[in-house]
Amino acid sequence: MEIDPFIFRLSIFILSIFVGYYVVWSVTPSLHTPLMSVTNAISSVIIVGAIIAGLAGDSESVFNTSSIFGFLAISLASINIFGGFLVTQRMLAMYKKKKKDKS
Amino acid sequence: MISANLSAVFYLISGVLFILALRGLSSPETSRQGNLFGIIGMIIAISVTFLAIGNFSSGFVYVLIFLLIGGLIGAFIAYKIPMTAMPELVAGFHSLVGLAAVFVAIAAFLNPGAFNLGSPGNIKLGSLIEMSIGAAVGAITFSGSIIAFLKLQGIMSGSPITFKGQHLLNAIILISIVVLTYLLCSTQSPNLFWILLSVSFLIGFLLIIPIGGADMPVVISMLNSYSGWAAAGIGFTLENTALIITGALVGSSGAILSYIMCKGMNRSFFNVILGGFGGTDQSSTLQNKEQRPVKSGNADDAAFLMKNASSVIIVPGYGMAVAQAQHALREMVDTLKKNDIKVSYAIHPVAGRMPGHMNVLLAEANVPYDEVFELEEINNDFANADVAFVIGANDVTNPVAKTDPQSPIYGMPVLDVEKCKSVLFVKRSLSPGYAGIDNDLFYKENTLMLFADAKKMTEDITKNL
Repeated sequence: MEIDPFIFRLSIFILSIFVGYYVVWSVTPSLHTPLMSVTNAISSVIIVGAIIAGLAGDSESVFNTSSIFGFLAISLASINIFGGFLVTQRMLAMYKKKKKDKS
Repeated sequence: MISANLSAVFYLISGVLFILALRGLSSPETSRQGNLFGIIGMIIAISVTFLAIGNFSSGFVYVLIFLLIGGLIGAFIAYKIPMTAMPELVAGFHSLVGLAAVFVAIAAFLNPGAFNLGSPGNIKLGSLIEMSIGAAVGAITFSGSIIAFLKLQGIMSGSPITFKGQHLLNAIILISIVVLTYLLCSTQSPNLFWILLSVSFLIGFLLIIPIGGADMPVVISMLNSYSGWAAAGIGFTLENTALIITGALVGSSGAILSYIMCKGMNRSFFNVILGGFGGTDQSSTLQNKEQRPVKSGNADDAAFLMKNASSVIIVPGYGMAVAQAQHALREMVDTLKKNDIKVSYAIHPVAGRMPGHMNVLLAEANVPYDEVFELEEINNDFANADVAFVIGANDVTNPVAKTDPQSPIYGMPVLDVEKCKSVLFVKRSLSPGYAGIDNDLFYKENTLMLFADAKKMTEDITKNL
């Protein structure tokens, strides 16, 4: 008997929740704000769905209702991708260690 | 054009890179590398999607145009946004993820053929269920985040909006979402799909309006979690591993942060979600507040106290962010350090308006992160410190949380500021904090109140040192 591919995806999902659980508990509390902005950026990988929708129109009519929603979603997600990663980088660049000036 | 199996492998790789991106955040040294992993993962996911479709016709150009528009807006915001506005920014970003999830779900519903989900009116049952969940959660994330954004931005009042029968109404709407999903799956009717979306938008608004400003750290974390579950729902629809892994990571991340925030306030998650905390009992506490003597001082007194101290602990709070006093504060600390005074910072888990907010602000002001400590790490040091300098924090220092079981914040972990030899409290007035309760610390023998704007007071103290 064949196993429904859904079960495989469900397994990945459940295991990822556990991975997420342990990884996030190991994040130092001082980096919780960058954690939020970077999770924001990576959850915008939803852009792959938007790209599929955007490219679904045929060659004569690029724009149909479905692909327009796709294009809009591409813009929304890319605001998040660029904004999320860049603002995270900006924040992380500010975390500095004490300068060793004690002699 | 690459095969479906190969692209699935690449999606898996980008999922793993996203895990590494979060893993990097376990310490500031590895965090920048982690962020790089995240960026690489994203580039892989996007490139593979293009290659898998293999259609580089006119549509491809439009995809790039829209991607570029969004990218430019995003980059512009990322460079312009002041660090004090991070909570608003994150809430705004959550709303975009939510809306993007809704749009992708709409696109898939209108043109299921493009996603291999069947044909309009005859979408595979499993996919339709996943799609509905993704769309509904996405819509809730969107409208909820909009309210959170408006409250944080101060466009909407931070005080909770409650009305009679609120919880009943919300419960009915939530049940109707389940019923609508069921009906949608059995009839495939587009009308039901639109109704489901509208109702989900509505419940997002209704769920967040009763939650007060001080509970925003929980709300932001919770919406963070929702945006992850929405992404995962869409990931199941699209049968995309990268999206499923990411959704699960973000979902659990937000849930853990909500848990940490709730624990920091000693409140249950449901207590926060049902809302109405803060602002409601304010009038009663103001009435029975007897006039008690308060010692107040000026910058000169504060400078004198600190100059004669050998160790000082700084307790920053949201007020410091509002007054933009973090740079002035660091200058004051620099002067103290020149006088061989040991200075450290104590941060309460719920200081500020989002998890880790104070740490970012201090980092921005060039405070080294190894001088900044969490509540558990530093709480025992207050007894040995000479001066506690409380700037913009209030409820998180209130000793009443340890002594008075009647108090609404009883049991909340607080910083043991009162154990210091002397306490300097920078505050604009004696008004109570967000929880609406009087702070006993104001009236203690060893407390000196400094009534002024946080930034101006800190600058004045520096001058007097």
